[in-house]
Amino acid sequence: MRNSLWRTGAVIALSTVTLAACAGQSGKSDTSASSGGGNTIKVGILHSLSGTMAISEVTVRDAELLAIDEINAAGGVLGKKLEPVVEDGASDWPTFAEKATKLIAQDKVATVFGGWTSASRKAMLPVFEKRKALLWYPVQYEGLESSPYIFYTGATTNQQIVPGLDYLKEKGKKKLFLVGSDYVFPRTANKIIKAYAAANGMEVLGEEYTPLGHTEYSTLVNKITEAKPDAVFNTLNGDSNVAFFKQLKSAGVSAEQMPVMSVSVAEEEVKGIGVDNVAGQLVAWNYYQTTDTPANQKFVAAFKAKYGADKVTSDPMEAGYNAVYLWAEAAKKAGSTDVEAVKKAAGGVSLDRPEGKVTIDGDNQHVYKTARIGVVQPDGQIKEVWNSGEPIKPDPYLKTYSWAGGLV
Amino acid sequence: MEGVLNQLPIGLSIGAVLLLIALGLTFTFGQMGVINMAHGEFIMAGAYTAFLLQSVGFLVALPAAFVVAGLMGLVLERTLIRRFYGRPLDTLLLTWGVSLMLQQLARDLFGAPNVQVVSPAWLRGGLGILPYNRLFIMALAVLSVLAIWAYMHRTGQGRRMRAVMQNRRLAATSGIDTGRVDQRTFFIGSGLAGVAGVALTLIGPVGPTLGTYYIVDAFLVVVAGGLGQLRGAVLAAIGLGLLNSYAEFWSDASLAKVIVFVAIIGFLQIRPQGLFFVRSRALT
Repeated sequence: MRNSLWRTGAVIALSTVTLAACAGQSGKSDTSASSGGGNTIKVGILHSLSGTMAISEVTVRDAELLAIDEINAAGGVLGKKLEPVVEDGASDWPTFAEKATKLIAQDKVATVFGGWTSASRKAMLPVFEKRKALLWYPVQYEGLESSPYIFYTGATTNQQIVPGLDYLKEKGKKKLFLVGSDYVFPRTANKIIKAYAAANGMEVLGEEYTPLGHTEYSTLVNKITEAKPDAVFNTLNGDSNVAFFKQLKSAGVSAEQMPVMSVSVAEEEVKGIGVDNVAGQLVAWNYYQTTDTPANQKFVAAFKAKYGADKVTSDPMEAGYNAVYLWAEAAKKAGSTDVEAVKKAAGGVSLDRPEGKVTIDGDNQHVYKTARIGVVQPDGQIKEVWNSGEPIKPDPYLKTYSWAGGLV
Repeated sequence: MEGVLNQLPIGLSIGAVLLLIALGLTFTFGQMGVINMAHGEFIMAGAYTAFLLQSVGFLVALPAAFVVAGLMGLVLERTLIRRFYGRPLDTLLLTWGVSLMLQQLARDLFGAPNVQVVSPAWLRGGLGILPYNRLFIMALAVLSVLAIWAYMHRTGQGRRMRAVMQNRRLAATSGIDTGRVDQRTFFIGSGLAGVAGVALTLIGPVGPTLGTYYIVDAFLVVVAGGLGQLRGAVLAAIGLGLLNSYAEFWSDASLAKVIVFVAIIGFLQIRPQGLFFVRSRALT
C-alpha cells in the first residue's frame, strides 16, 4: 500500500513537473520572439488562456502579439523594442486583479493590454486606478464607465447596440424579444434597449436571461415562438450561443421570418456554432474580416501568415490589435512611456486601422468607431449590409440621447 | 395555452438528455462510490469522437465514442482510482484534477474555440414541437436503458456486478473477482458518457469545457434517483426534466435552476437515499 502510494505521488509529481515545463516553454516562446537584450520596453498582456473564456481571449492575445511583432519589425517605440509579458487570467476575476498587480509591481510594464468580460475589467479597474497604471481593454461592453486609467478600444453602447436597434427599426421590426446571459453586460444592454424601444415606438415582448454556460434552450425557444416577435436581440455570451442557435434552427425558426441580432457572435463564434445554424442572422460590430480597407487586407494576411491559413479575424481581435498601435502612437507623441504623459498625449491620436479611421477621444478615453451591421454568410464570413458612414463619437453614458435620460 | 402543452414534450426531452448524461454515473458513482468529476470529460471525449468521425458517419461515432471514453475510464481506474476505493473524498479531488488535465489536453489537441459538428441530414426537421434530433436523443436514452437493464439482469456479468454492489465482501468470498468487476463497471460507465457526448453534439457546443456544463446535472439525477438504481435514475431524470421545463416556462432559466436545487434539497430531507435504494446488510 505504502509502495503504491509512493508511486502515485511520483506520477503526480512527474506530471506536475512536465506541465510546468510545458507552461514555461510556451511562456518563453511568447516573449523570446521580441526580447532584444536590455534595451526593451516591457508591456503586459493579460487574457484568459485557460478556463471558459479562453475560447475567445486566446485569439485577442494572438492579435496583440502580432501587433507587437510588427511594431518591433518597424523599429519599435522610441528606439526600443517591445517585450511582451504574457499572463493568464484563467477566466477567474480575482486572478485578473492579482496578475495585473504582478505585471505592474513586479514586471514594471509600461502598459497592459487585457481583459474580455466586464467582470474581469471591473476586477482590474481598482488595481490600475490605485497604482496609476494603464489598461487597454479591447472588447465591446455595456458602457456607463470611464476610468482615467483605462482606454476602451472596443465599442461602447452607442457604437454597437444603438446602431443595431436603428437598423432593426429601419427594417420595420417593431416587436422585440430580448435574450441574454445573466450578468452585467446583457442586463445593462437590455435596459438601454428597453429605453430605446419605449422612445421609438417599439415593443419588447419578452426579456429572458440564462446562466453563463447554459446549454438547454428548448423552453426559451418555445417562449419566443409563442410570443411571435419580429426580431430577437441576443446578448448571450460564450458557449451558450452554440446551444441557442443549434436549438433555434432545429425548431424550424428561420432567419427570414425572425432574424436574431447578436452582439457577441463574430467570425470565430460562427465556426463553433456551425455555419448552417447561423447563416442569414444579423450581427452588430465595428469590424469584420471582410471589411474592405487596405489596412485590413494587411492585417488578415499577416494574421494568417503567423497563425495559420484557417484562422479568422474578428472585432475584438482587431480592437486588441489596434490598442497596441494606439498606445505606441501615443507614446511616440508623448516622447515617453510614462503613464501620465501617454494619457495626456493620447487624446486626438488618430490612425487608419483595419476597421477604418479610429481616433481616441481624450475626454472619456474611448475610441471613435464606425458601426457596421453584418449578415452571416454560408461560407462563415460576415457580409456588411449597413454602416454608419463615419466614425461615431463614443458616448459611454449616452448623454446625447434624450431617451437615455433615466438610465445613468 | 399551446406553449404550456409544448412544455410537456420539451420536459421529456430535457429528461432524456439528463438521463443520458447520468446513466454512466449511476455505475461509477452509484455502484462503486467513486465521485468521478472526470465524468464530464468522458462526455467531452465522446463529443470530440463525433467531431473526428464526422466524415465516416454519425451512427458509427456512437459505438466508437463508447469504446474511446470507456478505455479512458479503464485507464483512469487502473492507474489511479483503484488505489482510492473507499475514500470518496480523495477520489473527488483526484478526478477533479484529472478533469482539469483532460480539459487542457483537449484545448491543446483541438484548440480553445468550439469545433463544428454538422448534424446528419436525416436529423434535420421535426415532428410538432420536437425536432428530430431531440426525438433521436429520447430514443437513444430508451435504448441505452433497455440495454443496461438486459445486461444487469440477463447476463452473468451483470449479476456479478449487482452482487458486488450489494455486498462487496460477500461477493468476494463467493469467488467473484471484484477487481475485474470494478474494471468492467468503470469501462461501461465511462463508455456511456461517451455515447451521451455524441448525442449532445446535436444540441450543444463542442469544446474543451463541454463536460463542466453537464457534470452537476448528472450528479443531481443520480443522487435524487438513489445510488446505483436504474429505475431511480430514469424517474429522477424525467421528473427533473419536467420540473426544469415548467419552472423555466413560468419563471426564467436562472430561477428554474434555483427551484430545481431547492426541490432536490427538500426531497433529500425526506428521502436521504433517493427515490429507490437497496436494503443491504453490508457493513459499509
